[in-house]
Amino acid sequence: MELRVAGLTHRYGETCVLDDVSLEIPAGRIVCVVGPSGCGKSTLLRMLGGLERPAAGRVLQIGRPPEGSLNPLTYVFQDFALLPWRDVAGNVRLVLEDHRLPNREDVIADVLARTRLTEFARALPRQLSGGMKQRVAIARALAVRPAVMLMDEPLSALDAQTRELLMDDLIGLWMRERFTAVYVTHNLAEAVRLGHRVVVLSRRPGRIREIVEIDEPLGGRGAMEEVQAHLWGLMRDEARAADAELVP
Amino acid sequence: MTDTTHSPHGARSAQTDGSARPVPFRGGGFRPATNRWAGPLVFALLIAFVEVGLRAGWISNLTLPLPSDVLATFVQLYETGLLWRHLVPSLTRFMVGGTLGALAGIGVGTLIGLFGLARAGLVPMVAALFPVPKIALLPLFVIWFGIGEGSKYALIALGTFTPMVVATYGAVDNVDRTLIRMGQSFGLSWGSIVRKIVLPGAMPGILSGLRIGLAIAIILLVAAEMLGAQYGIGAYILEAGSLYDLERLFAGVAILSVLGVATSAAVAWVERRVLRWRS
Ligand SMILES: Nc1ncnc2c1ncn2[C@@H]1O[C@H](COP(=O)(O)OP(=O)(O)OP(=O)(O)O)[C@@H](O)[C@H]1O
Ligand SMILES: [Mg+2]
Repeated sequence: MELRVAGLTHRYGETCVLDDVSLEIPAGRIVCVVGPSGCGKSTLLRMLGGLERPAAGRVLQIGRPPEGSLNPLTYVFQDFALLPWRDVAGNVRLVLEDHRLPNREDVIADVLARTRLTEFARALPRQLSGGMKQRVAIARALAVRPAVMLMDEPLSALDAQTRELLMDDLIGLWMRERFTAVYVTHNLAEAVRLGHRVVVLSRRPGRIREIVEIDEPLGGRGAMEEVQAHLWGLMRDEARAADAELVP
Repeated sequence: MTDTTHSPHGARSAQTDGSARPVPFRGGGFRPATNRWAGPLVFALLIAFVEVGLRAGWISNLTLPLPSDVLATFVQLYETGLLWRHLVPSLTRFMVGGTLGALAGIGVGTLIGLFGLARAGLVPMVAALFPVPKIALLPLFVIWFGIGEGSKYALIALGTFTPMVVATYGAVDNVDRTLIRMGQSFGLSWGSIVRKIVLPGAMPGILSGLRIGLAIAIILLVAAEMLGAQYGIGAYILEAGSLYDLERLFAGVAILSVLGVATSAAVAWVERRVLRWRS
C-alpha cells in the first residue's frame, strides 16, 4: 500500500500551517520529513494517519493494505505513549485485544523477540529506560502489522548513544521486512541514515522546499556528509527565521 | 605575588589556603518519614493520661468517663450480644448505601468526564447538591422510600455520590490525552478506550475520592440512625447521650472511630494493590 498526499492545506484559525503539500510515500520505503520547528510536520503526520481533518486537499491510500494488517496506519509517538499500569507484554496485547486472533500470544512473543525485549515482557514501563520504552512502542506498532508506520520524532526524547542503537535496530528491522514509514525528525543525521527520500519543508506555512532522494542502500551508509550539508544549506536560513518568530 | 593559583576568576591563594571543610548538607526535610508505632502510641498515651488524671483527681470526673469503665461497658456490650445487634444493621447500611453511591458516582463522573452534554447538564446539578446537608433531606427520603431501610440507604448513597462524582470527573479530565490518542490511532473501540485507558488512568483520583465519600457515609449513617432506628450504632449513641451515660456514649464513639480507621485502611490496601504501577 502507498500513500499519496495531494494539495494538503491546513489552517489553525488565522495561521496557515500547511500550504499545498503534495507528496508520495512509496511502499517499502522510509520517507523522512525535516523542517524548522512549528512548520507543521506533526500536523502533516496526524493527517496522514487520519487523526485530524485537513482544511483542503486529500490523503489517499493507493492499493489495499496487505493481508492480515490489523491497523494499516500505525503511529510511533515521541513520548512512547505506553500505559504505565500494564507490563511490556500487556502494552503490546492492548492493541491486539480488540481483534480475534487465534495466536495472540505468539504474535506478542514474536514482536518482543524482534525488538529484543523477550526477557522484559513482565517489566512495567517505569522500570525501563527511555530507549527500551521506545522499543516497546515499536514492538507494539509491529504487532498490528502496519502497512505504513508514522513516526513523529521517535528518538528525540532519547540520549545520543541510545539514539544510535535504536537507529541500528530500525535499520535491522527494515532489512528483515521492508516496511513503509514516514519518519519526522529534527535531526539531519537521522534523516540521512534512515531515509530513502528526505522531504524538506519550509518554515510556516509548511511548503515543500525540496525532495532529496538518497540511493545508497540503508545498511551500508556512512555519515553522508554531503547530503547532510546540502540539507542544512536548505534549512539554515529558514530555521533561523523560524526560531526568531513569535508563537501564534 | 606568585602566580600559583589556578582557581577561577584569579582568586588569591588566601582563599585556597588549605583549610578543608565538608560541604554543608542542606537537602533534608520535607519528606515525612513513616513510623507505624507513632499513631497507636499517641492513642495509648492520651488514654493513659485521662485514666491517671481521673483516678488521681486532677481531672474532674464529671468531664470524662474512666477509660477502663468504657472498656468494661464495651465488654458487656459484647457479652450480651448487643454489640452485633447494633453493628450488623449499621454495617449493612454502610455497605449497601456506600456501594450504591460510589458506583453511581463513578458512573456519572465518567459520563461527565467524557461527554460535553453530560458535563453541561450535570455539573451545575452536582454543584447545587454538594453543599446541601444531606441529613436535611431525610424526611423527603422517608416519604419516597419509606421509614425502613430504604431511606437510610438512599441518604448514605447520596452522601457518597456527590464527592465521588466530583473526584471521578476531575480524574477523568486528568488522564493523559496522548494515551487516549494512542488508543484511537490503534483503532481501539470506544469501550476499550474507556475500560483500558480512561478508567485505569483515573483510578488514583477515584480512590482518593472514595476515602472522602466513605467518611461522609459514616457521618450520614450515624445521623440517619439517630433520627429513626431501633438498632444501629447511631441509635445506641443517641440513647446513651439522652441518658447522659458517658461510658456507653464513648463506647459507641470508639466503635465509629474504629470503623473509620478500618475503612481508611481498606482503601489504602486497595490503593496499594491497584496502583502498584505508580512508584
Ligand atoms: N491543535 C492546534 N491548535 C492550534 N494551533 C496548533 C495546533 N497544533 C499545532 N498548532 C500550531 O501549528 C503549527 C505547526 O505545528 P506542528 O506541531 O505541526 O509543528 P512541527 O513542525 O511538528 O513542530 P515541532 O518541530 O516543534 O514538532 C505550530 O505553530 C503550532 O503552534
Ligand atoms: Mg512536532
